[in-house]
Amino acid sequence: MIWSKHSISSPSRTDARLAGWLSIAAGLAAAVLVLIVLFLLHESWPVLNRIGWLRFLTDAAWHPSEGLFGLAPMLWATLASSTGALVLAGGLGVASALFCRFYAPPSAARPYRRMVTLLAGIPSVVFGLWGLTVLVPLIARWQPPGASLLAGILILTLMILPTVALTADAALAAVPKAYLHGAAALGMSRSGTILRVVLPAARSGIIAGLLLAAGRALGETMAVLMVAGNVVQTPHSLFDPVRTLTANIALEMDYATGEHRAGLFVSGLVLSGMIILLAVAALRFGGARSHV
Amino acid sequence: MPRLSLNRYLSALSVMLLVATTASIPQAAERKLVLTGSSTLAPLVAEIGKRFEQENPGVRVDVQSGGSSRGIADARSGLADIGLVSRALKPDEQDLKSFTIALDGITLIVHKDNPVQTLTDPQIVDIYTGKITRWRAVGGADRPITVVNKAEGRSTLELFLHHFQLKSGDITAHVVIGENQQGIKTVAGNTSAIGYVSIGTAEYEVSQGVPIKLLPMAGVDASVENVRNGRFPLARPLNLVTKAESEGLVRQFIDFSRSERVHDLVEAQYFVPLAH
Amino acid sequence: MFEAGRFAMVRGRVLEPLMTLAVWGSALLVAGAFLWLVGDLLWHGAERLSWAFLSSSPLNAGRTGGIGPILVSTLLILGVAVAAAVPLGLATAVLLTEFLRPRSRFGRLVGLSLDVLAGVPSIVFGLFGNAFFSVFLGLGFSILSGGLTLACMVLPILIRTAEASLRAVPDDWRLGSAALGLSRTAALRHILLPAASSGLVAGLLLGVGRAMAETAALIFTSGYVDRMPSSLFDSGRALSVHIYDLSMNVAGGDGNAYASALVLIGLLILINGTALYLAEHWLNRRIIAP
Repeated sequence: MIWSKHSISSPSRTDARLAGWLSIAAGLAAAVLVLIVLFLLHESWPVLNRIGWLRFLTDAAWHPSEGLFGLAPMLWATLASSTGALVLAGGLGVASALFCRFYAPPSAARPYRRMVTLLAGIPSVVFGLWGLTVLVPLIARWQPPGASLLAGILILTLMILPTVALTADAALAAVPKAYLHGAAALGMSRSGTILRVVLPAARSGIIAGLLLAAGRALGETMAVLMVAGNVVQTPHSLFDPVRTLTANIALEMDYATGEHRAGLFVSGLVLSGMIILLAVAALRFGGARSHV
Repeated sequence: MPRLSLNRYLSALSVMLLVATTASIPQAAERKLVLTGSSTLAPLVAEIGKRFEQENPGVRVDVQSGGSSRGIADARSGLADIGLVSRALKPDEQDLKSFTIALDGITLIVHKDNPVQTLTDPQIVDIYTGKITRWRAVGGADRPITVVNKAEGRSTLELFLHHFQLKSGDITAHVVIGENQQGIKTVAGNTSAIGYVSIGTAEYEVSQGVPIKLLPMAGVDASVENVRNGRFPLARPLNLVTKAESEGLVRQFIDFSRSERVHDLVEAQYFVPLAH
Repeated sequence: MFEAGRFAMVRGRVLEPLMTLAVWGSALLVAGAFLWLVGDLLWHGAERLSWAFLSSSPLNAGRTGGIGPILVSTLLILGVAVAAAVPLGLATAVLLTEFLRPRSRFGRLVGLSLDVLAGVPSIVFGLFGNAFFSVFLGLGFSILSGGLTLACMVLPILIRTAEASLRAVPDDWRLGSAALGLSRTAALRHILLPAASSGLVAGLLLGVGRAMAETAALIFTSGYVDRMPSSLFDSGRALSVHIYDLSMNVAGGDGNAYASALVLIGLLILINGTALYLAEHWLNRRIIAP
């Protein structure tokens, strides 16, 4: 930002005091993550110390009571369900935002936006309940058992769609009006304007939203637990029941003790590790975020 | 009107936060009982707790849900006064004292439209271990069987495995569920599913028109009545557990929970009260 | 050249209706799914809604009776979460956008940790909240533990959206206020924050929505007790925990579960409406007449 050039800003004691306050706040915010990671490491240490990292990827199955700690099938299930949901929600969400900004008559855009905000606030339990009583039986009639990767993807899509749509909407709103006027002056069509001017200009905001959504998809627990079937296996088709890393934690944490419990915390660490990778990748790829 | 600076706002806000966190220090005057454990038991014990509070003014009963293992762990560590455990204590848990307050039966359920009326024990074992995979093999339609199993650690699963002498690793499941109602909803939504749930709740759901059917076990009809008279083979005790010999308020609560004064509450949660 | 131009025109003629179709189709699909979901809730739960349902205590494990104490607990938890997360989040966002150089190491580090935090599964927040707030800080199963845990959870959303809306304020405004000799503090208060207000409010709504919808993190922190709380140190069952328990653990609880879900959505409409009203009528006015 321009203000980082100190010659422009007016020096003031109030500002210095404010900066102090802000740094304390930011420090606290960052400390939350450090605390959480430390906590995860502390809890998973007993089993990591004994058998190491590799066994969690190479063990053939997940039977902690029998000393088998294979997380790989659940890792694939998590990746598959999140990727599927991100693809669907990405398309639908960006389209929703475009609908609000460029296609919908004003009388429809406002209620539509309110509706999407509401969708963001529906508890995951309600999505899960709806999925369990409506969606899963529908799929079961077609391809039993119904509780499947597909059901998980569809429910996740609905859940992360508002995040994509609302952040994309904000990013579209931030595109300078001059760009639109310029495109109109050049005689570009609506689709041309959107594809060549608006979306590229809003790119980094949309990517930031997709990132948030990806995080939410990876971390969603209750709804997936209720619809995805929770069988520990590597999915080979959309209709296979799967168990995600989060569902694994939620299903077993209440009942786990000792190394089993520590193993579940390793699932939490693995999940956080995936998200760190994602965030670093996004930082590299979308390093342009700050010049929106 | 004087303008507050942003800094003042921030200072005021942090003071308010501090006050909010310290001002409402709890009144230690009342006596409090903390119970944690089995999600099966939690709704029942919460209801018993409310009645106990009414009869003993100044007493608070806090019930937290979270699984039988947690009930055991919290009772041991003293985090809870009483643990809730929906099974008999295991050999390595004999340091704890258990008090049965109700009984519960477990039975197999299928969808109402499934023509199968009964399954023998070996057939059940073959279905759950993946040797029988289509309903036709046991007299049903030519559809694949959807095996619904409970998640690791659930006492219902342990009871089921123990009864049929199975190991957790032997079972090939198609859907793994957490709580009881998830099992009922899963079977109600899938005509080729089979699962096992608590008898009382299943009977209730049938009476509400939910499309499920209770299968008899070893020739005994699955009914609350048969759990009460001890004929049904697959039953479990619902227990309160404590670390040491209980006394005072804890003792009073346990006695109250085992008395006839809570029978209506036990039945309202579709469990079987103790015979007196 | 000429050929290429014609090609582009033909492509435009195909593309234009195709885009329109795709966008309208997606919007209708989303609206359809939403209406199906809400319709399902209304169908099962609407008849149970009444003033008595909102104000009375749950009876018989929640099958009958109302959700009065649960509503109060939910609002208290939410209040604690907002009170803790909003100042922290806003302050961090202001620091990141207005005080740090855009590519500073500290800024990138904080940004990275926020992205990671956003992806930490809610159940891990629950376990962390249980270990840190309930046990380590000794707050026990309480509304305070639950609220603070939620505050940690919604922090990344608040900060990221606040950051985006502050960055969206044109730099001209910053230059202008600097030229007028305003301190940064004054510029923030009178110009930048009001200008960014609609984005800030949208972020807050996302955060509040997420917090209200949370189940997994609250089971371990604010607990299961469905009695009317008498202080922030009491355990209080949140609405979403209540819905989960009724639908998954209590036979015959479905009706009240659906009704509770409707109440939750109604509450959200109310909060959304209020926040939007504030954003449009109060904050915006301050730019014109500070």
